[in-house]
Amino acid sequence: MTDHGVTIGSVAAALLQLVLLAAGAPYLIGMMRQVRARLEGRVGAGIGQPWRDLRKQLRKEPMRPDGTSWVFAGAPRVLLASTVLVAVVAPLLSTVSPLAGAADIFAVVSLLLLGTVALAVAGVDTGTAFGGMGASRAMTVAALAEPTILLAGFALSSRVGSSNLADIVAGTLVMPATVLSPASLLAAVAFAVVVVAETGRLPVDNPATHLELTMIHEAMVLEYAGPDLALVELAAGMRLTVLLGLGASLFLPWGIATSAAPLSLLGAAAVLVAKVAALGAILAAFEVFVAKWRLFRVPELLAGSFLFGLLAVSASFFLA
Amino acid sequence: MGLMRKIVRTGRVAEPAPALDAPGSASAGQGSVGPWRTGSVQLRHVDAGSCNGCELEITSAFGPVYDAERYGVRLVASPRHADALLVTGPVTHNMADPLRKAYEAMPAPKGVIAVGDCARNCGVFAGGHGVAGSVRDVLPVDLEVPGCPPEPAVLIAALRGLAGR
Repeated sequence: MTDHGVTIGSVAAALLQLVLLAAGAPYLIGMMRQVRARLEGRVGAGIGQPWRDLRKQLRKEPMRPDGTSWVFAGAPRVLLASTVLVAVVAPLLSTVSPLAGAADIFAVVSLLLLGTVALAVAGVDTGTAFGGMGASRAMTVAALAEPTILLAGFALSSRVGSSNLADIVAGTLVMPATVLSPASLLAAVAFAVVVVAETGRLPVDNPATHLELTMIHEAMVLEYAGPDLALVELAAGMRLTVLLGLGASLFLPWGIATSAAPLSLLGAAAVLVAKVAALGAILAAFEVFVAKWRLFRVPELLAGSFLFGLLAVSASFFLA
Repeated sequence: MGLMRKIVRTGRVAEPAPALDAPGSASAGQGSVGPWRTGSVQLRHVDAGSCNGCELEITSAFGPVYDAERYGVRLVASPRHADALLVTGPVTHNMADPLRKAYEAMPAPKGVIAVGDCARNCGVFAGGHGVAGSVRDVLPVDLEVPGCPPEPAVLIAALRGLAGR
């Protein structure tokens, strides 16, 4: 068990992690677009482009369609707030957190799902065909992906006897060999598929498409404009960053600080940036090689990842 | 791994970026309150009755060779996300109202770009029974790109004037 006390150091660690994720998320998106552009023979807009887009959108006129309610207005804020909370509590920089109680695997999954549901409900609230279509697709994907992420969490939690993410990461740091255990490897595969599905990457959703028949995330946010759109885009980028960071923490935990000493925090920050950037680059390169799947094949992919999660749980009990 | 080999063998296909014209030479956003020169321009393309010649040129402007995205210009799926409408073709009676609605759906500051001779002065369709007029007859136009159809290089020079990069 790790120390979950509230100290100045742990609060500083949480704040540093939040600032790093919020400031870094648009750069991660820009970097991934850049990787894709280079592989396609293009030059690309540079890794700072998402920040330029956000800055401009924040300065535009706030605008909401006629007939939408507080649901539509509230969804970007709920999405960003839930993402920010996950970004604070997740053990990405250090295993000491002032809000460690909320770093439970159930709490984190619920918070992520809260944002997904808020955006889906807002898509329905617009009353447009695309909004409802995107919402129903997002719910389908979420309903199939969330059990998998929980199962992957179970597989990792059973060996440390705690569903707290910080405890899981701390336990892995004590016994690094468990990363190569069958349970951990199977859970890593399941988790990777869920990250791809939850953040709307290929082959589940195409972040660059505007084709009505294939949109999932984009279809729900079609009616957002100006500052609201900026919040949605920032939150979507942060979700991707947090999930990649969480994957790095759970399956490649080296470099994470186990104390709140300033030097170890700075080192952990550098390692986190490197790990998330590497994972993002791999994901972006992978996307060049796959086409978007037909929507009816996506449940097969997610069922496959659920199977990996189930095998991971079985392995963690029987092969432990 | 055939694709990997192709990527390595092909390398970069984008042509080197031409020098950016002196600011203002593209007559973009002069005196207007357009969303210009922020290094980021999102465009919503509206075909108001075009023959699709301009669409072909727009497509190739955003393709790998000309790569308009490197200047921060992007085509988006919704006028709500857009800073400017990219209108092609003469405005037909059927498209006049949807065009106005698309303009109203954009958050300010916003602009309109008329692409091609048809959008500027109805071109060969002038006087046609289905034609309501040029884009300027329906919406305030901030920038016109001449040509039938305009070459991607001309289009990109105009868009760079907007983005300022």
